Amino acid sequence: MTGRGVEVEDDPRGAGRGIRQSMSGLHTWAGLLLGWILYAMFLTGTVSYFKDELSQWMRPELPRLQQLPDQAVVAQRVADELGIIAPGASQWSLRLPDARNNSVYAFWLGATRGPGRRGFAEGHFDPATGHSVSSRDTLGGDFFYRFHFQFYYMPVLWGRLLAGVAAMFMLVAIVAGVITHKKIFVDFFTFRWGKGQRSWLDAHNALSVFGLPFHAMITYTGLVTLMALYMPWGERAAFKTPAERQQLAAELSAFLQPGKPSGQPVPLASVEAMVRQAQQRWGHDAIGRVNAVHPGDAAARVAVTRADASRVSMSPQSMEFDGTTGELLAVHDHVGAAAETRGVLYGLHLGRFSDTVMRWLYFLVSLMGTAMVGTGLVMWTVKRRQKLPDPHRPHIGFRLVERLNIATIAGLSVAMTGFLWANRLLPVALPARAGWEINAFFIVWAATLLHALLRPARSAWVEQLWGAAVLLGLLPILNALTTARPLWRSLADGDWVFAGVDLMCWALALLHAVLALRTARHGAGVRSSTQRSPTVALASGEGAR
Amino acid sequence: MTSLVHRARSTVPLISRIVAALVGGYALAALVSVAVLALPIGRPQAVLVGQLASFAVYAGAVIWVFAVRSAAKAWTGLVVVVLALLPLAWWGAR
Repeated sequence: MTGRGVEVEDDPRGAGRGIRQSMSGLHTWAGLLLGWILYAMFLTGTVSYFKDELSQWMRPELPRLQQLPDQAVVAQRVADELGIIAPGASQWSLRLPDARNNSVYAFWLGATRGPGRRGFAEGHFDPATGHSVSSRDTLGGDFFYRFHFQFYYMPVLWGRLLAGVAAMFMLVAIVAGVITHKKIFVDFFTFRWGKGQRSWLDAHNALSVFGLPFHAMITYTGLVTLMALYMPWGERAAFKTPAERQQLAAELSAFLQPGKPSGQPVPLASVEAMVRQAQQRWGHDAIGRVNAVHPGDAAARVAVTRADASRVSMSPQSMEFDGTTGELLAVHDHVGAAAETRGVLYGLHLGRFSDTVMRWLYFLVSLMGTAMVGTGLVMWTVKRRQKLPDPHRPHIGFRLVERLNIATIAGLSVAMTGFLWANRLLPVALPARAGWEINAFFIVWAATLLHALLRPARSAWVEQLWGAAVLLGLLPILNALTTARPLWRSLADGDWVFAGVDLMCWALALLHAVLALRTARHGAGVRSSTQRSPTVALASGEGAR
Repeated sequence: MTSLVHRARSTVPLISRIVAALVGGYALAALVSVAVLALPIGRPQAVLVGQLASFAVYAGAVIWVFAVRSAAKAWTGLVVVVLALLPLAWWGAR
């Protein structure tokens, strides 16, 4: 095994070698080149399975919903509010509160289209009053969710293309890894602690094999979520007219095609009555969104869509109403086989169908996927360190990979925790506050890179892992000091969103502390092993097999 | 001079393979996503089938490019499949 990896590094041409060797080389390079981006995508994506809960935790002023309010009443309330704050909006869309969301999220297109963002605006609303939430300005868990597939500080389109390239590399790395790994199940039951490179390889293999179906699924379905962007050619070749294109759009989403306004003002019919009809069809708490085009105009249309929860497929199911009379025009609850397949794959990626137990499983396996990418990145340096002419003075490429590993893996934990600290510490009245929370995340992340570049590698690992452990461990205390919802009260009230975040912080603090201790202890072993000649180290690696 | 030639001999096929995998693989996947329009199913469904399948095709093409014995063989394989698909894609996109 070890010997194979080394041969590949010496001879990456692929000529005249066995298929496992070329696949091993492909696996290594596909994994490494975008590995840091993949690690960040995996970890922020993992956390995103609890994005709604994180968003609640990051808006501590908003009370938890003891009992889910009537969605029809809330819809009318927020629709009225939108009529006041965004009069003449050409369309709006609002997400109703559910078991995991205590606020109403809405976005709308203003009538006058300014340059740049086309008059696009968004906001959160209190379901109890319909008014804009009186809570700190934050992107909440949506920051990690959006970063996961489009990053930040760059145009959304570029970010999504970069995410697609990374996902494609991941897919290739998974397939090449499976081909490389002939004894896939034998190795799964083989684990050797404290044996340097062998242990890293064993850990990487165990993590990969255990979660293999999930990793393959999540990578492929990730590509599916944005497939129209990545592979637009069939669509372009197939459809010549907007009407044809609209046929496809209807299979993919419940958003209404705007059409033209009549210019004749007619007040919007009762949104509450429309949502009531949808409740009768799908269930009382099963309404996801209410979308309207040209509200207040004679050409108004309203679509009420079914929630994602309780069904795996994300294929659209909606009821379309005439916006002026409230008359039901059409029920869309059926799409073609390919669109349904896409809906299921999309749904599998987002996991919004899942109940609490399923979501925790998603989170844990996804965390193992993160660790799979992380151990793979570390292994690149562990393997090469043994081949270095002088392990104490490695060449620049090696040092760069090593430092980027530290800042990406340990540093990201510090930065993500820093984001949550910023949420509690930044003044509530700070202008552009949500943006500053995000800036804080990147400032902390950049600081960890600087730290990794300045400190000896092992010290940097240990210090940053301890840093993450301490920040995570103190976060529940910071929460108790800065909000009216400390852990003991959340536990007494049965508020599992707040108690859950606090307890999870401690669990993750423990994980980081264990990693820090192991790294510190392992570092001592590295020093003695590097005194052996590289050949001896390799030979012993072979012997282990 | 000879060392330069030796170097070129070892890196040119590798670069050729990387280009074949990244560009050739994508071109092949894109072509497949158009060729499925020739299937006897509705157009919106065919478009989606093509998009869904394209990533498997792309991954398969990359694996192929690095699995075969030489860069020349990798390119030949890609070109043969492209030529076979072209009429289908042309007919499907009408």
